[in-house]
Amino acid sequence: MSTGTTNATSAPDRAHRSIHDATPGSRRRQRRSTVMTGALAACVVAAITPLVLILWQVVANGGGAIGWQFFTDVETSPREAGGYLHGIVGTLYMTGIAAALSIPVGVLAAVYLVEYGQGKRFASIVRFFTDVMTGVPSIFVGLAIYALLVVSSGAGLGFGTFVGAAALATIMLPIVVRSTEEMLSLVPVELRNASAGLGARQWQTTTRVVLPAALPGITTSAILAVARGAGETAPLVLTAFGARQVVTAFQGTPQADIGLLMKDGFSQPFAEGIERAWAGGLTLIAMTLVLTITARFIASRGRV
Amino acid sequence: MTPPTTSPAGSERPRLAPTGRRHVADPIFKLVAIACATSVLVLLTAMIVRTTIEAWPVFADQGVIGFITGDLWDPGQSRSEVTGTYGAWPFLYGTLKASAIGVLFAVPLAIGIALFINEIAPAWLKRPLTYGVEMLAMVPSVVYALVGIYFFRIEIWRPIGQFVADSPLGVIPLFSGPVTNSSYWAAGNILAIMILPIITAIVRETFAQTPVDERLAAYAMGATRWEVMRQVIVPRGFPGIVGGTMLGLGRALGETIAVAFLIGASQRRDGSIFFAGDAVTSLIFNTFQDARPEGVWALLAIGVTLFVITMIVNVVARLIVYRVGRTVGDAAV
Repeated sequence: MSTGTTNATSAPDRAHRSIHDATPGSRRRQRRSTVMTGALAACVVAAITPLVLILWQVVANGGGAIGWQFFTDVETSPREAGGYLHGIVGTLYMTGIAAALSIPVGVLAAVYLVEYGQGKRFASIVRFFTDVMTGVPSIFVGLAIYALLVVSSGAGLGFGTFVGAAALATIMLPIVVRSTEEMLSLVPVELRNASAGLGARQWQTTTRVVLPAALPGITTSAILAVARGAGETAPLVLTAFGARQVVTAFQGTPQADIGLLMKDGFSQPFAEGIERAWAGGLTLIAMTLVLTITARFIASRGRV
Repeated sequence: MTPPTTSPAGSERPRLAPTGRRHVADPIFKLVAIACATSVLVLLTAMIVRTTIEAWPVFADQGVIGFITGDLWDPGQSRSEVTGTYGAWPFLYGTLKASAIGVLFAVPLAIGIALFINEIAPAWLKRPLTYGVEMLAMVPSVVYALVGIYFFRIEIWRPIGQFVADSPLGVIPLFSGPVTNSSYWAAGNILAIMILPIITAIVRETFAQTPVDERLAAYAMGATRWEVMRQVIVPRGFPGIVGGTMLGLGRALGETIAVAFLIGASQRRDGSIFFAGDAVTSLIFNTFQDARPEGVWALLAIGVTLFVITMIVNVVARLIVYRVGRTVGDAAV
């Protein structure tokens, strides 16, 4: 036991044992180490506890309101019976458009960064500002899309599905770019060289070799970005604006959203509306959870 | 970078270079990719320029300094000119105060979690713990707001606040009562939970980069596990801690719904952390739907101010994080 050579995993014990008699303070130091290990474990517990409490609260308070009516009826007012059909439709509608806008652009931008931009100044500028963009407050994105698209001094489109989706897409874009870039850079250079060796042009190599190889990873990052977008509410206050009926119009009519309905519900003192807000929270969490787990599953199945 | 076909050897061209449609496919593909990459910059620029233009009348009327330091927010009802008084200070004060509380709680916690996951947790536990912390980033902020106002602030934060305010610490103005349900304290606490994942992700990454040699050398010198963490890993990861803190601060400054519902919408600028306050994001969120054109300009102006602050924080954070050598991977956190 004591004659082995250096071993990373058991090093602390052995180090301790070998010097135990030599240093008078070593027992105290060892005790301190144990105490601090406990303190670090407490940090983890302190982080996981809120997560458990949140999930428990949402399920306990919202579970009861989840039912047929919640998914098929519309809430005309938080004080009456109803459901979140319009909110669910609006959220899916806007998230869908946002995904269609941000994923292709984001993936192509990542293709530029990895396949064309190696070592280029412009690429590092794009990379830097994409990172900075992930930190732009979502409410500012809402304000900016409002100033760009909604008001008459901008594009003058008014509130609606598309401008809501544009705000979500703006939030999702940098996430897609950076995580896709990471996935593309994991594709081995040999694969690209082999493709070029067979006479493929750069765009053929990219679309038929690199992108397929990175597809599971790209799918994962796209899904995570969608999950992020689906959970955003703040910018929609300034772009989708909210509605009390199912809106199918692409643009021009204010659109509903689960988060917006929740906010209306839980900020008013009506038991019905508050319970539905909890149910809406449960729906949102379930949506992001399903998306995240799907993403992880895809990621674990196909490693590039 | 250089496609085989752009070979300068002119004599080879006829044989190797395809003609017609195929010939242009490569440049076009590259052009589209460049356009998409550029769109990120264009979008960011357009956002800044448009909001600043829309907000300009308010900055022009109040003066930038006057706008930031002004203590009164009294929106006018005009459609064409600035008639109200707009002072952003009570909101900036609340945003900074709540974010400071959030960062103060989140950073030590994130360091502890990072050390535990990287250094102490058995292999089978690392993944679930990482996912658990990342899950905190996946919870929508409207859900944080909901659980915050109906559960956390009533069951946990207000009682703790009350306890502190009643204790000898309550003599200090910062910790004095009365303790309200919604307060800087409540908002700061929810922010701490919300920014924990990003700080943890960055700090873990930098801690993991500690050279194995240094770690083993410390153990060989007889250091305990804690001493290795405290004297080798943490100093090594210090830039990462600073960068992660700044990123977390950026997120905290911009967080909207949870803060809007937990900070309390009081512009009194109370000295205590246990009293209600207001924040930039919650002002925009709470008053946008009823604002007249003039009020909307003012909201855009305060939004631009917030953007500039978060932009500075983020740029500094990214520069620090880049220096540590970390480039990708936290986008989704």
